[in-house]
Order: sequence, then C-alpha cells, then structure tokens
Amino acid sequence: MPHAKIFGSSRSLLVAGLIGLGLLAPLVAPGHQSQLTELLLFIVFALAWDLVGGQMGYNSFGNVLFVGVGMYASAIVQVGLFYDVGRYTEAKGGGTQFLFDVPQFLTGLGFGILVAAIMAGLVALLLGSLVLRMRGHYFAICTLGLGIAAGQVAAGIPWIGGGSGMLTPNPPAALGDVGLLLYYLALLLALATFATFTWLLSTRFGLALNAIRDDEDKADAMGLATHGIKVTAWVIAACFLGAAGAIYGNLVRFIDPTQTAFAGATIGVWMILMALLGGSGTLLGPVVGAVVFQLFKELFWTYLLGWQRVALGVLIVAVAVFFPDGIVGFARTRFGRGQRSEEDTAAALKEKAP
Amino acid sequence: MTAILEVEALTKTFGGVVANDRISLEVPEGTIVGLIGPNGSGKTTLFNAITGAHPIDAGRVRFQGREISTLLTQAIARRGLIRTFQQPRVYRRMTAADNMLLSTNVRKLGLASLFAAAGTKERERALELLDFVGLADKRDTRAGDLSFGQQKLLELAMALMNDPEMLLLDEPTAGINPTLIDRLVDRLKTVNRERGLTLLIIEHNMPVIMGLAAHIYCLAHGRLLAEGPPQAVRSDARVIDAYLGAA
Ligand SMILES: Nc1ncnc2c1ncn2[C@@H]1O[C@H](COP(=O)(O)OP(=O)(O)OP(=O)(O)O)[C@@H](O)[C@H]1O
Ligand SMILES: [Mg+2]
Repeated sequence: MPHAKIFGSSRSLLVAGLIGLGLLAPLVAPGHQSQLTELLLFIVFALAWDLVGGQMGYNSFGNVLFVGVGMYASAIVQVGLFYDVGRYTEAKGGGTQFLFDVPQFLTGLGFGILVAAIMAGLVALLLGSLVLRMRGHYFAICTLGLGIAAGQVAAGIPWIGGGSGMLTPNPPAALGDVGLLLYYLALLLALATFATFTWLLSTRFGLALNAIRDDEDKADAMGLATHGIKVTAWVIAACFLGAAGAIYGNLVRFIDPTQTAFAGATIGVWMILMALLGGSGTLLGPVVGAVVFQLFKELFWTYLLGWQRVALGVLIVAVAVFFPDGIVGFARTRFGRGQRSEEDTAAALKEKAP
Repeated sequence: MTAILEVEALTKTFGGVVANDRISLEVPEGTIVGLIGPNGSGKTTLFNAITGAHPIDAGRVRFQGREISTLLTQAIARRGLIRTFQQPRVYRRMTAADNMLLSTNVRKLGLASLFAAAGTKERERALELLDFVGLADKRDTRAGDLSFGQQKLLELAMALMNDPEMLLLDEPTAGINPTLIDRLVDRLKTVNRERGLTLLIIEHNMPVIMGLAAHIYCLAHGRLLAEGPPQAVRSDARVIDAYLGAA
C-alpha cells in the first residue's frame, strides 16, 4: 500500500502515539468528552463508507441505513433482555418501572452492540445481493432511497416507538460516568475498524476491491467472483456501522427515526464528506477527514450558530475545489514519495536531456 | 486431436447488423489457431460471444466438450477460458505487480484464499511473468500510466498468470514496438509448446499470424470466408479480395 511506504517505519510510532492520545484525550479534555466520542464514531462511519465507496468504487448514499439498524437493534436488545419492548416505548422509556441495574445495563450494552453489528450485516447481505447488481448512479440513487425508506418504515412501527422515537436505557447512577465508558467503547471500535481494514486491504480481497473499482468487467472476465466480493465488502462495512450506531444511540440517548437513526441529511452525508475531505480510497484519509470535519463542525456550531449549515456548505465546496483528492491525496502528491505520472514523465525527460 | 473449443453456427446481430453470421470453427487442444479478417468483419464480436460478454442469437459454443453459450462471463473464465481485449484492460490505479497478483488462478483457490496476502511463490511467479513480457522494471508503476503497448503486454502477462486452459488473444501485437514483436511471437510459441496452452489469436499482422498459427480462419462481413493452413489461406483469392476490397 502506497501510504505504508510514505510513513515507513515511523508508522508504528505514529499509531502508538495516536492510541496514547486516544486513551488520554477524555481525561485531558473532559469538557469535550461527548464530542470526542462522536469523533471516534465518525471515524468508523467514514472508514466503513470508504471501504465500499473509495476502495471498491461503489458510492453508497444509504450507509446511514446500517447505523440506524444498529441503533434500534441495540436499544431493542438492551431493553428487551429485561422488559417488554412495546410497554417500554409506550411509557416513553421513562418512569420508575423501567430501571436497569449495573449488570443489566452492561449486559444489555454488550449484547446490544454485538446484535447491532450482526443485524446490520444481515440487512446488508439481503439488500446488497440486490442493489449491488446495479452500478454507478443507479446504485447511488437506489441506496439513497433505501436510507430514506428505512426512516419511514421505522417511524411506522409502534413497537419501537414509531414516529416519536425510542430512548436507550437510563444508565444506573451506580455506574458513574457512563460517558467515559462509551468513549472507550468507541475508541475500541475505531481501533478495531482501522486494524481490520488495514489487514483486509493487505490481502487479495483488498486488491479485488480496487480491481472492481478500476474495471469490474475485466475482473469478471478474469473469473473473480465479483458479486460475492462486493456483497462481502458491504456486509463487513455494515457490521462496523451497526456497532457504531449502537454506541451512537447510547450517546445521544434519544433515537428519532428520521433525525437520529436514519439521518440521511446529516450523518448520511457527513460520512461521505469526511471520506472525501480526508482522501477517499486511502486508509488514513477517512480518519483525517473525520478529525478535520468534527473540528470544523464544532467550531461552526459554537461560533456561527444559525449559520452553521451555510458554513458547512462552504466547507464542502471549498474541499471539492481545492482538495479534489482529499487532504491525504493532496499531501501525497505534494510531499509524498508516492509518484504521480506527471512527475515520472518529468523525471524521465530530465534523464534523457543532455 | 480433440477440439477444446467448438463453435457451431453462431449468429449475433446488432439491430440490423449481422456481426456474426452462422460461424462455425474448431480449435484443437494444444494448437495455435489464427482468426483474421478486415476491420469490422466480426472477429472481436466472436470473442465476445464465446466468452459470454453478450448473449448470442443462435448457435452453440462448447468448451472442453461442455456447452458454455448460456454461461456468464465469470463462469466461463472460471472454466479456464480467458481472453484479452483489443483495447487493453488493466486495473488502472493499481500497480503492475498488484494487477498480476490479483490475476492468480481463482478456479483453484476458494473464497478463503481471498483473505490472505499473496504468497512468495505467487510474487515470484508474477515477477517472472512480468519479466517474460519485458515489464519487470515497471512493476511498481500504476497500470494506467503504462503505454498502450505496455498495457497490452501486462494484460497478456495477467492472462498467463491465471493459468488458463485456453487463451483468446485480440490483436496481441497491436501497438507493440516492432522490435519487440518477434520476441512476443517467440514467447507465445514457448507457452504453447511448453505448457500446452491452446491459443486462438486475432491478428492483423499477416507475417506474425502466418508464423504462429497452424490453422487460420478468415472472416469477412460477419461470415466465415475461408479456412485452412496459413499458406492456403494467404493465397486464397477470396481472402485477397476481401482485404483489398476493404482497403
Ligand atoms: N456492441 C455493439 N453494438 C453495435 N454494433 C456492434 C457492437 N459491437 C460490434 N458491432 C458491429 O459489429 C461489426 C463487427 O465488429 P467487430 O468489432 O467484431 O469487428 P472486428 O473484426 O473485431 O474489427 P477490427 O479488426 O476493427 O477490430 C461492426 O460492424 C461493428 O460496428
Ligand atoms: Mg476487433
């Protein structure tokens, strides 16, 4: 992988540094804990989007679907293990009848995240087998529709609170700072995602994703099981998105079907933006993109309140115009050793010149 | 000698154009067979039809004795019938070496093998084949940055990496430096002789195909015009007419 070459041996040092930073960050900046947790989840969103969008060239506008499925699946498991879900949502999750003690809450959360990943994966398997037969714009539009439809479907199911949404279990006071727990869970998930994807992209599977991006018909003509590979990639991405959705649901507590769970206009678009901002088709790009994006988003929401969405729009345009290859792509052409064709030709011409 | 590929009365039309009109041909196992014909005579269309790139209107295609005319491209490729394209197709944003590593024989490897990095043996073989086509020093170059001719050579190396039972080559010498053509012809003869690889080659370069093929089919206007040993086809009046008429 080209980026591995750029960072060479200093890479493990960098990774170690980042992990250290991740472990200490909430202690250093306790006031920004939930934003930091959100950032870690955004990293997972962006990485998972880019596995299929950047590496495989299938631009999905509906990945928020898996976030939402994970969010609901986890909440349902967390509640359902101990109470009747229908009665819980009817009572808006409140009251004194639906209390969770520490073991209950932790068991629920653990199983919730697991089931969220599995459910999102299953949904991806089912839908992927169908929509991944489409290509290009057809695929993009179809996934967009799926994301929107999912929100409407969820809003129509009273059992999970319908349009008025669902609350995740109230964390027991005895647990102490549940925010810190969620932060470290998000950190673990982000690291697991990064490690898994790093490994995946070092295998023949990673090459196959790139080949599908470059010329799917050629891959077919070489006998690669392209459809199976595409579905597998989407399922893997969906599992991580589902797990991240589970944690995200517990972070925001209130799951609104269209505003939180299947929030196509915010999270759904942001995850694509983060990947493109950082540099799609690279491993580091989505991570960098998520950090920069979260930074700008928080600044805009703090200092430009009322105009934050306009500012975000300007950011999007600025990125598209000035960094078409993303920050990592830009850095690589500018400073990296990863050669570009123009430079090659230039160098070759110089050599030939007397 | 048994035929590895049998095409029987294959017909393919595009709207009103009959690109392949009841074409029948046979390729005996282990031989090199040529396919010639003026521009637009339907040669590439025949390759597309054989490899399942588009459905055919009538006729049959048998590979190793089994009907393949209803199979999809991928399934046909997995049986060991691999083709190269007239306009070379490589994975443009991947390095030449990665193009090679992904072209290993997927028939003999399961899905699980996808989740492993390429082994030393594969790497060695990939480099060997890149060297075989003279691209060893381009291994870290992005395939899309290679010249047309280099891409054609890379595509050939990828096809060989796949360890096919039979190869369909669409104008392998097009865009190749004339000084390299002799070497390429040599290499094709070598793989045919040493590995018993059957080749069906579309070629415009007459001296090349005359030197390579044991048997030649000539198409014109979608029909099979003539067939036979190279000398006989070359001196066939109808073939000469077709080429002169098209010129
Ligand atoms: N996908 C297609 N749609 C419509 N017409 C096509 C298509 N493919 C081929 N044709 C037509 O079929 C005929 C045969 O084309 P083909 O590409 O097979 O010729 P060829 O023998 O390979 O020529 P060349 O030597 O120039 O490569 C041509 O008239 C071409 O225009
Ligand atoms: Mg042709």
